[in-house]
Amino acid sequence: MAAAAQRQTGWWLLILPAFLLMTAFYVAPILQVLTISFTEPQPGLQNYERLFTSESVQRVIWTTLRICTITTALALLLGYALAYRIALAEDRVRRWWILAVLVPLWISVLVRAFAWVTLLRRQGLVNQTLMETGIIAEPLQLVWNEFGIVVGMVHYMVPYAVLPMLASMREIDPRLLAAARGLGASRFTVFSRIFLPLSAPGLIAAGVLVFIFSLGFYITPAILGGGKTLMVAEWISLQILDLIRWGLGTMMATVLVVAILTTLAIFSRVVDLRRVFGSGA
Amino acid sequence: MSAAGHALALQGLSKRYGSFTAVDDVSLRIERGQFLTLLGPSGSGKTTILMCIAGFVAPTAGAVLLDNRDITALPPEKRDFGMVFQGYALFPHMSVAENVAFPLRVRRMGAAEREAKVRAALDLVQLERFADRRPSQLSGGQQQRVALARALVFDPALLLLDEPLSALDKKLRAELQDELKALHRRVGRTFVNVTHDQEEALSLSDRVAILNHGKLVQEGAPAALYEAPRTRFVADFLGKSNFLHGTVREAHPGAFAIAAGGTRLVQAVDRDAPRPALSMPVLLSLRPEKIALLAEEDTADNTVEGRIVTWSYLGAGFAISVATEDLGLLRVTLPSWGAPIAPAEGMPVRLGWSAAASVPVAEDAD
Repeated sequence: MAAAAQRQTGWWLLILPAFLLMTAFYVAPILQVLTISFTEPQPGLQNYERLFTSESVQRVIWTTLRICTITTALALLLGYALAYRIALAEDRVRRWWILAVLVPLWISVLVRAFAWVTLLRRQGLVNQTLMETGIIAEPLQLVWNEFGIVVGMVHYMVPYAVLPMLASMREIDPRLLAAARGLGASRFTVFSRIFLPLSAPGLIAAGVLVFIFSLGFYITPAILGGGKTLMVAEWISLQILDLIRWGLGTMMATVLVVAILTTLAIFSRVVDLRRVFGSGA
Repeated sequence: MSAAGHALALQGLSKRYGSFTAVDDVSLRIERGQFLTLLGPSGSGKTTILMCIAGFVAPTAGAVLLDNRDITALPPEKRDFGMVFQGYALFPHMSVAENVAFPLRVRRMGAAEREAKVRAALDLVQLERFADRRPSQLSGGQQQRVALARALVFDPALLLLDEPLSALDKKLRAELQDELKALHRRVGRTFVNVTHDQEEALSLSDRVAILNHGKLVQEGAPAALYEAPRTRFVADFLGKSNFLHGTVREAHPGAFAIAAGGTRLVQAVDRDAPRPALSMPVLLSLRPEKIALLAEEDTADNTVEGRIVTWSYLGAGFAISVATEDLGLLRVTLPSWGAPIAPAEGMPVRLGWSAAASVPVAEDAD
């Protein structure tokens, strides 16, 4: 008994440094943020009141939700097609596909955002090509608006959509697809009745991951939005760093954290969350 | 009922993957209502042939004919063949009833008719009570029966079985073998089965086709294959066999004699069979159960003396290895009930068998 208890204490001591580190540098600041949102500029709920009264606060929230929903939908669509292609590819080909999906992850988000700016701006490659081929007469406004933000965010998110979906698709026994065809199902029916339902857990997992990730996006919207379209993260930084309105900034940060936790809580009932964060099965 | 079955023919079927030949010019005819088993070791091409029949693999050469209609180019979903996959391939997200209903649903059958058919199919395999379960909640044997019901529910022209019993333990396998055989009688359809298990092949099939290295080695009724193997491979793969090497010394109508070392062995053949040339080397296959232990006064067409090297008791019988001077090690099995001796290592024994017990076989080309 005593020995077992001692061993128990030993194990707890092992994680003590990590626990202290997390408390000091992670939990404490978050709690402080939470506190500030209730105490600045005066103690009370007036910061949260703004959620219901301030049009600009509501606009930021709606813009963020809209962009995140569109981004998630597009990233899932593109990601699903990619994951499907990769899952059904031969082993050797599959490795190259996965590499191609992963390479963008190693490139700085800043570099990618500026790359999109050069492509999409008025004198950029896309507008020039369209004008030279005579499809348009005037350059299109492709960047410094919501469109630009969505392009940049989808580009960033596709790998995060592909990986959980690919994991889910790889678990599908290919014999099931052959069996369905052998039983008389067309290729399309095999997809809609067998493949899609069986890959649904990965689809939901990818959706949750991409949506949560998008909510807190900062650099891509800041650069591709050109300061005209504000999402939550940029708005928070604006409040705290430029306008020194700590109370309002931390209120929004708290709302963001709560929104993410709520999303996770809802989906934890539908899907195994360990799958979302890559330690499933 | 057997009118419901269809005849299938393979004509010069070949499948090459690069320089590797998986199936080499196989021609085979499967009559209506027959139960044919493709038997061979792994890599013999039996599964590839089944996949060509099912339409999942396009043959490099040759044709697949259903009732004399060429279906080689038809995609699998247009062939209307039922198939039981290795590991069953039941859809895990559907209940047992939904699994069985799947082929009817994709054929857009009305709900009332569909339900009646599903019930009849589950009834056929005695799984009515499990209709609402998920496949993962069933035992291996039950899953196998669901796969059968699903493959039969749409009245397929042909039922294809890919190692249907390999995932089951030995006792269950024997049980399901009987069930499968009874099912074949009841539905009267043409069954094509693939297995590497020779016992399964012998007990289930009307006809067995033995394959090796992608080639069809021999086909026929199970008993014909067992009693009259044409090659060493068939004799060895289907059951156990002793092989006796010798050269022809005398040839008569209906029999010839060979010399194996200093021992003379008599071999019976058909009276109208061509006589073997003198001093030609021959190989005889002799089943262990056709060798008898002779008492002092007994006689037989062929006799040889030796000593027991090893023996084992198998319940129903003894398996004995006897070392002989001229014929090497001979394997003998005899029923343990009423065995003439109690075997012991080193015991001298006299073995005997009739001239018709052994059968001349050809050495394999490779």
